[in-house]
Amino acid sequence: MLIRLLRRYLRPYRRELAIVIGLQLIATIASLFLPSLNAEIIDRGVTTGDTGVIVSTGAIMLAVTGLQVVCTIAAVYFGARAAMSYGRDLRAAIFRRVGEFSAREVAGFGAPSLITRNTNDVQQVQMLVLVSCTMLVAAPIMCVGGIVMALRDDVTLSRLLLVSVPVLAGSIGVLIWRMVPQFRAMQPRIDSVNRVLREQITGIRVVRAFVREPAEAARFGAANDALTVTALRVGRLQALMFPMVMLVFNASSVAVLWFGAQRAASGGIEIGALTAFLSYLMQILVSVMMATFLAVMIPRAAVCAERIVEVLDTSSSVVPPAAPIVPTGVPGTVELRAAEFRYPGARAAVLADISFTTHPGQVTAIIGSTGAGKTTLLDLIARLIDATAGEIRVAGTDVREIDPEVLWARMGLVPQRPYLFSGTVASNLRFGNPAATDAELWSALEVAQARDFVEAMPEKLDAPIAQGGTNVSGGQRQRLAIARALLRDPEIYLFDDSFSALDLATDARLRAALRPRTRHAAVISVAQRVSSIRDADQIIVLDAGVIVGRGRHAELLRDCPTYVEIVSSQMSAEEAA
Amino acid sequence: MSDPSSSRRASPPPARGPFGAGLGAAPPQKAKAFKSSARRLIGQLAPERRGVLLVIGLAVVSVVLSVSGPRLLGRGTDIIFAGLAGQHLPAGMSKHQALDAMRAAGQVRTADMLEAMNVVPGAGIDFHALARVLALVMLLYLGASLFVWLQNHLLNFIVQRTVLRLRAAAQDKLNRLPLAYFDTRPRGELLSRVTNDIDNIATSLQQTLSQILIGLLTVIGVLVMILILSPLLALIALVTVPLSILVTARIARRAQKRFVAQWTHVGALSGQIEEAFTGHALVKVFGRQRDIEGRFAGKNEELFQASLRAQLLSSVIMPAITFIGNLNYVAIAVVGGLRVASGAMLLGSVQAFIQYSRQFSQQLGQLSSMASVLQSGVASAERVFELLDAEDQRPDASAPAALEPHVRGEVVFEHVSFRYRPDQPLIEDLSLSASPGQTIAIVGPTGAGKTTLVNLLMRFYELDSGRILLDGVDIAQLPRAAVRGEIGMVLQDTWLFGGTIRDNIAYGRLGASEADIVAAARATYVDRFVRHLPDGYDTVIDEEGTSVSAGEKQLLTIARAFLMDPAILVLDEATSSVDTRTEVLVQHAMAALRADRTSFVIAHRLSTIRDADLILVMDGGRIVDQGTHTELLARGGEYRALYHAQFAAA
Repeated sequence: MLIRLLRRYLRPYRRELAIVIGLQLIATIASLFLPSLNAEIIDRGVTTGDTGVIVSTGAIMLAVTGLQVVCTIAAVYFGARAAMSYGRDLRAAIFRRVGEFSAREVAGFGAPSLITRNTNDVQQVQMLVLVSCTMLVAAPIMCVGGIVMALRDDVTLSRLLLVSVPVLAGSIGVLIWRMVPQFRAMQPRIDSVNRVLREQITGIRVVRAFVREPAEAARFGAANDALTVTALRVGRLQALMFPMVMLVFNASSVAVLWFGAQRAASGGIEIGALTAFLSYLMQILVSVMMATFLAVMIPRAAVCAERIVEVLDTSSSVVPPAAPIVPTGVPGTVELRAAEFRYPGARAAVLADISFTTHPGQVTAIIGSTGAGKTTLLDLIARLIDATAGEIRVAGTDVREIDPEVLWARMGLVPQRPYLFSGTVASNLRFGNPAATDAELWSALEVAQARDFVEAMPEKLDAPIAQGGTNVSGGQRQRLAIARALLRDPEIYLFDDSFSALDLATDARLRAALRPRTRHAAVISVAQRVSSIRDADQIIVLDAGVIVGRGRHAELLRDCPTYVEIVSSQMSAEEAA
Repeated sequence: MSDPSSSRRASPPPARGPFGAGLGAAPPQKAKAFKSSARRLIGQLAPERRGVLLVIGLAVVSVVLSVSGPRLLGRGTDIIFAGLAGQHLPAGMSKHQALDAMRAAGQVRTADMLEAMNVVPGAGIDFHALARVLALVMLLYLGASLFVWLQNHLLNFIVQRTVLRLRAAAQDKLNRLPLAYFDTRPRGELLSRVTNDIDNIATSLQQTLSQILIGLLTVIGVLVMILILSPLLALIALVTVPLSILVTARIARRAQKRFVAQWTHVGALSGQIEEAFTGHALVKVFGRQRDIEGRFAGKNEELFQASLRAQLLSSVIMPAITFIGNLNYVAIAVVGGLRVASGAMLLGSVQAFIQYSRQFSQQLGQLSSMASVLQSGVASAERVFELLDAEDQRPDASAPAALEPHVRGEVVFEHVSFRYRPDQPLIEDLSLSASPGQTIAIVGPTGAGKTTLVNLLMRFYELDSGRILLDGVDIAQLPRAAVRGEIGMVLQDTWLFGGTIRDNIAYGRLGASEADIVAAARATYVDRFVRHLPDGYDTVIDEEGTSVSAGEKQLLTIARAFLMDPAILVLDEATSSVDTRTEVLVQHAMAALRADRTSFVIAHRLSTIRDADLILVMDGGRIVDQGTHTELLARGGEYRALYHAQFAAA
C-alpha cells in the first residue's frame, strides 16, 4: 500500500529525488573523508611533528566540509520540495476522488473519517517522505561508505562490526517489532478522540440542554485516557531506544580501543588509523540508527497509507457513462420504471417496483410514513445513487446514459437538511448560478418568501452565513435553500420535505408563488403535511418502500386507506372534506 | 475530571499573559508572541514540577557520566601511544636517558612530545592499566545509559499526562464557551485546534524536552571538560557557540512566522474540506465540483507554500550548525596537532578533545534542529491557547439561588429584550407567563423569534434586559445546570451521538434502567421501528444517520426527552420530520407526558396545538396576540390568517 502510494505520487518528482540522492552521495562521501584526513594529521603531522602537513591537511578538511554543507542544504531544498509537493498532490487526489463519490460512498466512509484521511493521514505519509529525503537517503550511503573505509583501515578490527551492527540492529528491531501493534492501536484511538469532540461541537445545544457536560467530559476522558495509555506504551518503548543505542555505541568504542591496542602492539595498525576507525564505526552505527529511526515512522505511515489508498481505490457506485447521450425528449419529464433500490446484502429493498411519470408543469407529491423511502427516491432521480433494478428516465433518456453534469444541470435540489455554506446570503444563492444578477437574486428570494427577512438584515444580500447556516432559523434556511434551487432555473425540482419548518401561511404563499416559476418544469416534492400537497397534480403514497396509492387528493381520499389515515391524522373530519 | 475544582485547575489562570479579554468579537491578534507562548507551554508542565525536577537531576547525572567518558578513553589512547613509543626505545634506560638519546639523534620534536608522556623505555603497552581504564569507562557508560533511560521513562509519563490535561482543558473549555462562539466559527477549524494542534504539541514536547535538556547539559559539561583539558582549545570551541546561537536565532525567528502560517493554513484547509464533504450532495447537484476543487487547490497550494518555506528555513539550521561544528573540528585538529607536536599537549588529550568537540557540535546541531520542532509546537500551542483564552460565558452566580426540591414549572418572562447582534433587534420587551401544567403554544412566521425564546429560557444566551423567572426565581441567579435540569428539550435539529440507540435514549437520564429506556421508547413509538432493525436497541447510529431516517431520529430525540421526565417540556418543531400518523401517536404520548408539566410547543401544524391552554402569536420579536384556539379564531387577526392559510386549498 505504502509503496504503491509512494510510487504513484512521487513519480513526477523523480528528477528532484535523483538530485537529492546525488547531492547526499557527495555530502556523505565528503563527511566520510574527514576522519581519514584527521588520521593523516595525526599520523603524518603530529607524530612526525610536521606542522606543514597539519596545516595543509587542515585546509583540505575545510574545503571538504564546505562542500558537504553546500550539498546538504541543496539536498534539503529538493527533498522538502518533493515531499511537500507529494503531500499537496495526494490531498488534491483524495479531494477529487471524494468529489466523484456518490452519496453512498460518502456515507460509507463517513464525512469525519474522510476529513481525517484528507488531512492528518496525508501529513503522516508526507512526513515520512520528507524524513526519507533528508535522512534515509544518506543512511545506506554512509553505512556502505563507513564499512569500505573501515575495511581499508583495518580488516581485522573490522570484524568488530560483525558484532556491533547486528546487536544494534537486532535490539532496535525487537523494540520496533513491539511498537508496531501499539501504533496500529493508536490511529483508531486518535480517530475516536476526534469523533467525540466533533460530536460535542455539533451537538453543543443538546449537551447543554441535558446538562450532560460532566458525562461528555467523562466520555471524552475515556477516549483521551485510552489514547494516552497507548501513547504511554509507545513512549515507554521509545524511552528505551536512545539509551540502548548509546550503550552499543559506547561499548563498541571501548572494544575498538581494547582490540586496537592489541593490534597496535603487534604493529598491525597505527595509532591515527585507530582513531579514524573509531570514527568510521560511529558513522556506521549512526547510519543504522537513522535507518531505524525511519523504521519507527513506517508502521504509522503505513496505516495512514492504507486509509488513503482505501479512499483512492474506491470508485463511485455512480459511474458516468462512457458514451453519454444528450437527452432529446421533452424537458421536464421524469419517468420511473419498476425502480428498485436495496443496500448490498440487505434482505429487504428500501424501494421496490416504483413506477410513475411526471410531466412539465406537473407537481408530483410523495407522502408516506417515516422511513418509507421518500428521500431515497429523490436520490435515485438525482442519480446520487443508482437503482439496483429498473430504470429512471429524464427527458426520455436513462439517467445512467446521461453525463452526470448535464443531468445535474437540469436539477434543482433542496435537501432535507438544507445545508448552507459559510459565506454570505448572496454567495449561497449564487452557489448554483454564479452569474446571477442581484435582481435575479431578489426575484428568487421573493418567490421563496425570503425577501422580507433578507431585507431586514443590515447587510442584506451580503449578510454573513455561518457554516451549515446555523445563524439563521430553520425556516429561513429552508427558504434560502429553495431560492438557491430556483436560481438554477432547472427543469426538475426536487424538494425533500422543504417546507416542514415553514409556518403554514408562508408555506401556502410560497407554493402559490412557485407555480408560475415551475410552469415548464417537473416538481417532485416530498412532504409530511397534507396541506402542502393537496393541490398536487399527482400524489404518490409510499409505505415501506412500495407505492400504495397514486392520484389526486380527492381520488386518494376515496381509494387509499393509508392516505386517508394520514389525512385524518392531520385534520379533523370537517376540515378534510 | 468532571468536578469543577479540577477543571478550574486544568485551565490556565486568567491573570497570565496579555490574552484574557474580548476574543469574542475581534479575531485574536496575529502578532505572535513566541516567547510568552513558549513560556506558557512550559508552564503547562507545572503540575508535574516534582517529576520535572527529578528528570533534570537524572539528566545531570547521566550527562556527567557520559561526558567523563571521552576523557577516560583519551587516557586509554595515551596508554596505547606511550606503550607504542616505549617499545621503540631501548630497554633498561630511564625515560630521560632515552629522550636525551633521541634529541641527540636529531628527533627533537618527537622527544619533546614524549616528554609529557608516561613512557617506560622498552616496555610495551600496559594492558593492565588499559583494562582498568576501559572497565571504568564501560561502567560510566552503563550508568549513563541507565540514567538516560530512567529520565526518558519519566519524561514520557510527564509529557503524556500534560497533553492529556491539555486536551481535557480544551474539551472543558468547549463546555464553558458561549454558544455565540460556535455560531461564528467553522467547525473544522475549531476541531483542528483541539486535534491537529494538540497532537503536534505532544509530538514536539516529546521530541524536544529530552533532547534540549540533554543537549544543554552536555554543552555545559563538554565546555567544562575542554576547559580542564586545554583552555586554548576551549577558546576555539567557544567561538563557535555564539556563532551557532546567532545563526540559529536568525533563521529560527524567520521560520517561526512560517510555522504559524503553516498551522493556520492546515486549519483553513480542514475547514474547507469539512464543509465540502458535509455539503457533498449539494456540491454535486449544483455543479460546483470544479469550482470547489479550484478553491481547494488554491488553499492547498497556500499550505504547500507555507509548509515548504517553514521546512526549508528550519532544515537549513542543522547543516549550517554542522558546518560550524566542522569548522571547529578542523580548527581543533590543526591547533591540537600543533600543540601535541610541540609537546604542550598529550595525543590522548587531543583525541579526547576532538571527540568532545564532535559531541559539542553534534549537540549544538541537535539543539538547533530541535528549535524548529519546538517552533512548530509553539505555533500550535498559540492556537490552542487562543481557544483556551476565549472569553467564557458569564459564570454562574457566585452565591446562586436554589429551586424548591419539587419544581412546579411556573415560567414568567418579564420585559425580556435580546438581540444576537447589537445592530439587529430581535426580541423587544417581551412578557409572558405560564402557570404550572399549562401547555403554551407559540406560533408565528419564521424568524419571529420563537426558537430564540427557547434559547433564552434554556439560558443558552444571556438577556440584554428583563428577567426570566422559574417558580419565581430569576434563572440568571440559578446555576445553568439547575435550570436546564428542569427542562426537557426536543429540537428542530436532531442530534444523536455515535453510539447505540439504547445509549442515545439513555442520554435523557443518567443511570436509567433498561426497563425505563424501553418504556420511554414504547411511549414515543420508537420501540416499533427499533424492533424491525436487525440489531434492535444495539443498532449503532452513525454520524450521517444512514441506518435511521430523519423522522426516526426525531422520534429518538423525543424518547430521550421523555426519559428525562422534566418539569418543563420544550418542543421546538419536534415532529416536523415525523410523518403525521406517527405524530398523532406521539401526540398521545406527549399529552400523557405533558399532563402535569408546563410545556412550550412551537409547531407549524396548527392541528397539533389546537388544544393548547394558551397560544402566543409572535411576529417580529413581539407577542402580537394570545389566547386559546377558539378565542383567537373568533378574534380574527394574525392567527386566523395563519389558520386559514393552512387549509387554503380546502
